[in-house]
Amino acid sequence: MDSALATTDPADLHAGQEHGHVSLPQHRHHFETVEQQREAGSFGMWLFLLTEIMFFGGMFLAYLLYRNWYYPAFVVASNQLSVRIGTINTMVLITSGFCMAVGVWAAEMRRRSLLVAMLVTTTLLGVLFLSLKYGEYHEKYELHHIPGNNFNISMFTNPAGYGIKEAPLPPDMAQKTQVFFFLYFAMTGMHALHMIIGLGILCWLISRARRGDFSAGYVAPVENFALYWHFIDVVWLFLYPLLYLINRHPMH
Amino acid sequence: MTDQATHAHLDNPEHAQHRIVTPLQYFFVYIIMLALTGLTCAAAFVDLKWANAVVAVGIACTQATIGALFFMHAAFQSRLIKLTIGAGVFMFLVMVTMTMSDYMSRSWGMW
Amino acid sequence: MSTAIGNTIVSLPDQSTARLPKRHYINNEYGLLSWLLTEDHKRIALLYLFSVTFFFFIGGAFAGLIRLELLTPQPDLVAADTYNKFFTMHGLIMIFLFLVPSIPGVLGNFLIPLMIGAKDLAFPKLNLLSWYVYMAGGTLTLAALVLGGVDTGWTFTTPLSTHYLNTHVITAAMAIFITGFSSILTGINFIVTIHRMRCPGMTWFRMPLFLWSHYAASLLMVLGTPVLATTLVLVALERLFGIGIFDPAKGGDPLLFQHLFWFYSHPAVYIMILPGMGVVSEVISTFSRKRIFGYTAVAFSSVAIALFGFFVWEHHMFIMGVSSYSALVFSLLTMLVAVPSAIKIFNWAFTLQKGSITFETPMLYCFGFMGLFTIGGLTGVFLGSLGMDIHLTETYFVVAHFHFVMVGGGLMAFLAGIHFWWPKMTGRMYPETISKLAAVTTFIGFNLTFLPQFVLGYLGLPRRYAAYPPEFQVLNVLSTAGATVLGFGYMLPLLYLAWSLKYGAIAGSNPWQATGLEWQIASPPPTENFTEIPIMDHEVYDYEWLANKTKKEVTTVG
Repeated sequence: MDSALATTDPADLHAGQEHGHVSLPQHRHHFETVEQQREAGSFGMWLFLLTEIMFFGGMFLAYLLYRNWYYPAFVVASNQLSVRIGTINTMVLITSGFCMAVGVWAAEMRRRSLLVAMLVTTTLLGVLFLSLKYGEYHEKYELHHIPGNNFNISMFTNPAGYGIKEAPLPPDMAQKTQVFFFLYFAMTGMHALHMIIGLGILCWLISRARRGDFSAGYVAPVENFALYWHFIDVVWLFLYPLLYLINRHPMH
Repeated sequence: MTDQATHAHLDNPEHAQHRIVTPLQYFFVYIIMLALTGLTCAAAFVDLKWANAVVAVGIACTQATIGALFFMHAAFQSRLIKLTIGAGVFMFLVMVTMTMSDYMSRSWGMW
Repeated sequence: MSTAIGNTIVSLPDQSTARLPKRHYINNEYGLLSWLLTEDHKRIALLYLFSVTFFFFIGGAFAGLIRLELLTPQPDLVAADTYNKFFTMHGLIMIFLFLVPSIPGVLGNFLIPLMIGAKDLAFPKLNLLSWYVYMAGGTLTLAALVLGGVDTGWTFTTPLSTHYLNTHVITAAMAIFITGFSSILTGINFIVTIHRMRCPGMTWFRMPLFLWSHYAASLLMVLGTPVLATTLVLVALERLFGIGIFDPAKGGDPLLFQHLFWFYSHPAVYIMILPGMGVVSEVISTFSRKRIFGYTAVAFSSVAIALFGFFVWEHHMFIMGVSSYSALVFSLLTMLVAVPSAIKIFNWAFTLQKGSITFETPMLYCFGFMGLFTIGGLTGVFLGSLGMDIHLTETYFVVAHFHFVMVGGGLMAFLAGIHFWWPKMTGRMYPETISKLAAVTTFIGFNLTFLPQFVLGYLGLPRRYAAYPPEFQVLNVLSTAGATVLGFGYMLPLLYLAWSLKYGAIAGSNPWQATGLEWQIASPPPTENFTEIPIMDHEVYDYEWLANKTKKEVTTVG
C-alpha cells in the first residue's frame, strides 16, 4: 500500500497542486491533511497487528491446553532445546528491535546515513537470528524430532542411552513429545516466516532509504514497518520462556 | 479558530501529539529488556514449584508491555490505538478462558 | 413531520427531466485495465458485484442439484459421495464467497466513503488487493471443485477432514485461508475509514446506521478471521504431515479444532447478517420517511451483537462432548445475543409505526427480511437451549434455521440494498412492477423451501444424507418445489437489472428522497465523489432538512 506513496516524480507533484492541497509528494489525494494520512496508516497497521495477535493466539491456546495435559512430555522435550541458543536469539532480536527503533528516530531527524546503517544492522541481526534458528531445526531433523512419520521417541523412553539426565517416560507419554515438537515447529516456524517477510520488506526499505525517500519528513513506511518488526519481537518474548524454559531446574 | 482547532485536537480521543523518543530513552528500554531476559532465564533454573510458569509469563508480559509502550510508541499514541491493543488482548483472553472453561470443567478436579 | 413533505416518493419529482451527468465514475475511463487496476472504491464495488453474483449462481446451482437429488427418497440422481461434494461446495461458496463478502464488498465499498463524505476509502490499493485476494481464493475453490471436489462439509470437521477423506481438502482449505485475508483487508479498511475519514460535522451519532453495522461487522472480520486462518493451516499440516494436533491417536484433541473453528465461524454469522441489518435500517427509514426509532439503541445493538457474538461459539458443539457446566454458560450467553437482535427488530417496527410507508421493491425485501429473520432468530433460541438442541441438532431444523437467518436475512437484505442503491450505482431505475413480482416470488419460494424443513427436522430427519425414509417424501417434494420458485425469484433480478442498464428510466440524483449524503450528489457519482468536501450540518435521517433543501433548490432555479 505504500509503494507509490512517495514517488518523487515531478508529474505527481504537479497533480498534487492541481488538487489544491499541500503538495507533498507522498500525500494521497483522498486525504485532507498529511497528518490524517499518517494517523490512518498507523491505525491500519495496528489493526493488522490485532489480527496477528489472534493468528498466533490460536496456537498459544493449543499450547496451553496440551502443556497442561502432557506436562511431563513437555518438560523433557523442552529440555532438549538449547537454552544457550534460545537466550542468544532473544538478545539478538531485542537488539535488532533497538536498532529498528533508533532507525525510526534517525528518519524523524532526517539523518539518512544513520537510518540506512540502522536498517542494515536490523537486517543483519534478523539474518543472524534465522541462521541460529536454522541450526536448531537442523539438529532436530538429525535427531528425528520433527513430527510426522519419522518421529523417533527412543530418546525419551531411554534417555540414559543418549546420555541425558532425565527420568524415562512411559511410551505413551513419550509419544506426546511429538505434540510439543509440533507446537514448537508451528509457532517458531510461523514466527520465522514473519521474520522472512520482514527481512524482505527491510531490503526494500533500505534501498529506498538510500535514495533519501525517508529523510525528508516522510517516515510512515519506516514507522509502520517498525511496528511490525517490534511485534515479531514481542511474540518471540513469549515463545522463548514457553518453549525453552518450561522446567529447567533438575527434577531430582 | 486556531485556538479552537488546538483545543479540539487535544480533546479528540482519536488524535495524539506526535512525539519523538530519543535514542537515549530507547537505550534505557533496551537495557531493561535485556535484563529481564536474563532474569527470566535465571528464574527458570530455580525451583519455584508452580510459580515458575507464573514468573516466566509475568516477565514476558512485562517485556511485551514495555516493548509496546516505548519501542512501539503506544504510550504516546491516541486512546484509540490503546483501545485497539486492549481489544486484541481482551479477545485473546476471551478465546483462551472460555475454551479452557470447557476443558477444565469437563474433567472436574483432574486439573 | 411527514405531512410537510406531502407527496409520497412514488412521484419521483425530478425524474422526467433527469439527465445522466456528463462525467461519472463509469465513463471516466475506458478499457479493461481501467477497471482491473482501478483504485476507485465505486469501481471495486462493481468488480465485487460481478464476482459475488457469479459465485452466487454457482452456489445456487449446487443448491438446485441438492434439492433435485432429495426429490426422491433413494440416492438416484447422484451417488452419496457426490452428494457430499455438492453440499460442501454449496456451503463453501455460499458462505465464504458470497455471504461474507456480498454486502460489505459491494454495498459497503460503494457507500461507506459516500456516506461519510470522503473521497475514497482510507487504503484504496489495499481495497483493490482485497478483491484480487478474493478472486484468488475463489479460483482456488473452483480448482478444488474441478479437480474432483471436496466432501468435508463446509466445516472441515476433524478427524474426517484430516484422516478419512481422499478429496481435495487442502486445496479447499487454502482457498478459504486466502479468501479470509480478503475479508481481513476489507475489515481493516472499513474501520480505519470510519474512524479517520469522516467529513466535518459527521459525528459518530450522525452516521447512518449502515455505517455502524459495517463497523461492527468489520470488527468481527478483523478479530475472528485470523483464528480461522490458524485453524485451516493446522488442518492442512495435520493432513500433510500427520503431526497429530487434532489426532486423538497421537494425543491431539479434535474438539480443539471445533473450538478454534467456531470461534471464527459463529461470529462469521454476524459478519453475514450485520451489514444486512444496516441496509434494512436505511431502507426502512427512507420508505417510512421517519428517523429510525431509537437510533442510539440500534447503533449500539450492532456493537453489542459484535461483542456477544464472540461469547457463544460453543453452542455449535453441545452434543460433541463438551463440559455440561460450560455448555450451561454458553447456552445462557446464546439467549443473551438474541436481545440486541430483538432490539433492532422492535425499533424497525416502531419506525414503521405512523410513518408514511410506501411499498417500493427494497421495502418489500426488507419486510421479507424482518419476518424471516425473526423466525430464524427465534428458532436459534430453540437451538441454543440445551435440551432442545440434543433433539434438533444435526437435523434439517438446523438447516432451516440458518437458511432463515442467512438467506432470509442476509440475502434478502442484499437484494433490498442492490435495488435501493441501484439508481445511485448505475444512474438508472429498475422496472418497478417486475421487481415487486420478484420480491414476492422470492418470499413465497423461500418459505415453501424452508418451512417444510423445520418440520422434517423436528420429525428427526438428519442433515447431510442423500437418502431418506419414504415417509418424508411429501415434505421434501414441497421443499424442492419451493426451491424452484426461489431459483426463479433470484433469476428475475439478474435479468431485469441487466436490462435496466440500457433501458431503465434515468433516475436522477435522489429518486427516493432519502437523506443520506450519497443521495445529495449526482447518480452515478463522479469519480472524486464530492467536488468539495461536504459538511454534515444536520442530524441523520432528517427529512425536514431535506424538504427545506429541496424547496430552496427549486426557488434558486426558478
